[in-house]
Amino acid sequence: MSYLAELASPVDLEGWRRWARAFALAGTPGEAIEWRVAGEAAGLFQPEPAPLPGAEAGFSVPRRFLQLAETAICHRDPERFALLYALLQAVLRQRDVLAVAIDPLVARVAGMAKAVRRDIHKMHAFVRFRAIEAEDGGQQFIAWFEPEHHIVEAAAPFFQRRFAAMRWSILTSERSVHWDGAELSFAGGVPRSAAPSEDALEELWRSYYAAIFNPARLKVQAMRSEMPEKYWKNLPEARLIRPLVESAERRAREMVAAVPALPNPQPQRPAMQPLGASAMADAQAVTRLEELRAEAAGCRNCPLWAPATQTVFGEGPEHASVVFVGEQPGDSEDLKGRPFVGPAGQLFDRALGEAGLDRQKVYVTNAVKHFKFEPRGKRRIHQKPNAGEIRACRPWLTGELATIRPKLVVALGATAVQSLIGKATSLRSVRGQVLKTDNDAEMMATVHPSYLLRVPDEALRASEYAKFVEDLRLVGEHDPSVRMG
Amino acid sequence: MDVQSKLEILADAAKYDASCASSGTEKRHSADGKGIGSTEGMGICHSYAPDGRCISLLKILLTNACMFDCRYCINRSSSNVRRARFTVREVVDLTLDFYKRNYIEGLFLSSGIIRSPDYTMEQLVLVARTLRVGHGFRGYIHLKTIPDAAPELVAEAGLHADRLSINIELPTETGLKTLAPEKDVRAIRRTMGDLRVRLEEATEEKRRSVRAPRFAPAGQSTQMIVGADGASDRTILDTSANLYGSYRLKRVYYSAFSPIPDASAGLPLAAPPLLREHRLYQADWLLRFYGFTVDEIAPASGMLPLDIDPKLAWALQHRDRFPLDLNRASREELLRVPGLGTKSVERILSARRFRLVRSDDLARLRVPVGKVLPFVVLPDHRPATRLLDGERLVERLRPPARQLELAL
Repeated sequence: MSYLAELASPVDLEGWRRWARAFALAGTPGEAIEWRVAGEAAGLFQPEPAPLPGAEAGFSVPRRFLQLAETAICHRDPERFALLYALLQAVLRQRDVLAVAIDPLVARVAGMAKAVRRDIHKMHAFVRFRAIEAEDGGQQFIAWFEPEHHIVEAAAPFFQRRFAAMRWSILTSERSVHWDGAELSFAGGVPRSAAPSEDALEELWRSYYAAIFNPARLKVQAMRSEMPEKYWKNLPEARLIRPLVESAERRAREMVAAVPALPNPQPQRPAMQPLGASAMADAQAVTRLEELRAEAAGCRNCPLWAPATQTVFGEGPEHASVVFVGEQPGDSEDLKGRPFVGPAGQLFDRALGEAGLDRQKVYVTNAVKHFKFEPRGKRRIHQKPNAGEIRACRPWLTGELATIRPKLVVALGATAVQSLIGKATSLRSVRGQVLKTDNDAEMMATVHPSYLLRVPDEALRASEYAKFVEDLRLVGEHDPSVRMG
Repeated sequence: MDVQSKLEILADAAKYDASCASSGTEKRHSADGKGIGSTEGMGICHSYAPDGRCISLLKILLTNACMFDCRYCINRSSSNVRRARFTVREVVDLTLDFYKRNYIEGLFLSSGIIRSPDYTMEQLVLVARTLRVGHGFRGYIHLKTIPDAAPELVAEAGLHADRLSINIELPTETGLKTLAPEKDVRAIRRTMGDLRVRLEEATEEKRRSVRAPRFAPAGQSTQMIVGADGASDRTILDTSANLYGSYRLKRVYYSAFSPIPDASAGLPLAAPPLLREHRLYQADWLLRFYGFTVDEIAPASGMLPLDIDPKLAWALQHRDRFPLDLNRASREELLRVPGLGTKSVERILSARRFRLVRSDDLARLRVPVGKVLPFVVLPDHRPATRLLDGERLVERLRPPARQLELAL
């Protein structure tokens, strides 16, 4: 016993689903079904028309199967309905069979869906509208296209989303689609002669196509694999391919062989010199501190400048009585060009506030003025500056301190201590004391706020933070002028 | 000068910029009948030139007049090239006319530097604003960002554009100083840093409110010229790794230095190193999607091999790690097997939860079977030890010498 299952159109997914559901419930084997699209030529044998499946009892299939079927049914292979039915049976036996890409049937249907998606994508890419004057005097856009599969319905909504304000039609030999500004309508195929044969703008488009091509990089195979020759006859620019390819070698040879030309005796207006922001900073620098900042912007005293974005100089009042010195800028500081604006900077601000100090009244800077890091994918991993880098950057810090002449310098972390007293010293041995810097200012030391972000143990982190705030409070006692208010 | 002549000059002037992507932006459409255009995430290449490059955007300069004298550039101030300048209206009309005929996804607009960075940036922004605000254009816009342009211009550029880019041009500062004396690597990096800050702030704001102003949803990219200076592949890839890490670039484009008409003296007048460019792209992919580091793929000599791809080269130098059991190896290990791409690896991982992968299955995964087999063990396949150890393996896997591109 064999059955004839008739579908309303080549892409009649609803019809296919009705038949397939009934056949599957009845346990009909795939070999017993002949699938046919209404109006298409019948096979040699005339099987029994199948009884209209009436069973409403259903079963569910994974959404992924329906998505695959919706695409694969557009394939021009007449076997597609039967293959989809076979796949449905496989899914009913093993629900997650679609995850097995190496299964021959899954691979075949997935391959068909892929071909259809590619055809749709190429239709979105290679349709070329030609404008004609409509009866009411407005513009109407018409394209002729030759898809490989039954994709006009599937490809049309894209054009609707994109060109809703235009009136357009896409004509093919099998199916046509029209958009009148309000509704999408489909009709049968038409001959190619129904589409306009040219558009005045195509000459301009060809000029662009010819000019954007670089004859020194001929890669015809790469072009053909993405834009197969079957599409060329409907692409207005494609008539240039042959002459461009044929002249490319000669043009490239001529460019290579050409003697370098003499510079234009009337060159374009020469560049104005002070262009960059740093050059502008030079011109505007009025104070010694601003001068230093501008000089430091071009610092090459050690190799850290090259991978970094910019020099991050200190920031704060010219004559601050307290200067905080950190280690080096981090990721955010490097991008923004300002010290202590990243996560550690935010923690520092919070601690300052809790200690009753006003960040606006103090000067904040770093021992090393460039961010030292190791790129790791999309991140930059902080690296500790070495003794040579600290030494190379020291003149800037010394310059800042000599200009500001603070009463108190607060070293945040061991790197700052090392830079300020000129030798590597453990933080523990100096924390809580008042020392002297080379410049005869008083110096106190505490931890760097980034240390507080790294303490893994929560209780320890809280107690370390409290100690840090306490150290800052001592700064306020030492110099009440930097307190808030 | 008529529009056609301007288009010829200003498209020719723009073609040395390799970027043409129209992907990765937000989804937009004009189904409401207002304005025109759409973007759907995936980019579309509307045509291909015989140089194999896709044509997705109308890629032009606003003007090729330029006060910079970059020696590799056809538009340098001392070049004898014909100069032209589009009006804002001309660019807008061309974009819309091409777009309506489905020739393009949108506009990629750049410009020679005229008068000042701010003036130049202002002109670019004016075109984008006219398209977006004046014509409701919802297609793709890529704007070149001029280093050190005023912050309010950058903000408006990001409001209208999908992607912004600044070209780093050369991997080292020495190279840039020699070949593009007016360009300032620090200004370029500062601007890239500023763009990253703005992009991240915009993403953050968007999370809080859908009405937050947009900023270049397709991110930023850059381009490096390959072969104009003496920089090695190692230097180039180190710079790329630095740029990806520092500025979260969507892409670094590599552009093989190409002979130009009216070239300046002292530059290599030779065919562009296309194969080298191709190997750099492969290496770039290995860095971003396959878990490799620059140290692993760029050899001490500094140059990637030209005859085989960088992953195969790595595998041949680490034969002790192979063959791998395809049915047991981790994702990280599978990604290092020559011939397996990220998609095939995912398919293998998914399929082997249900049954063992055998040699017949490889063809169904559409992987280059001959390349994969020497490096894997399957239930019905084990590569001969002598094969993996022998020098002949390189010979076997080396692709045949490329045929010259000739007739159609």
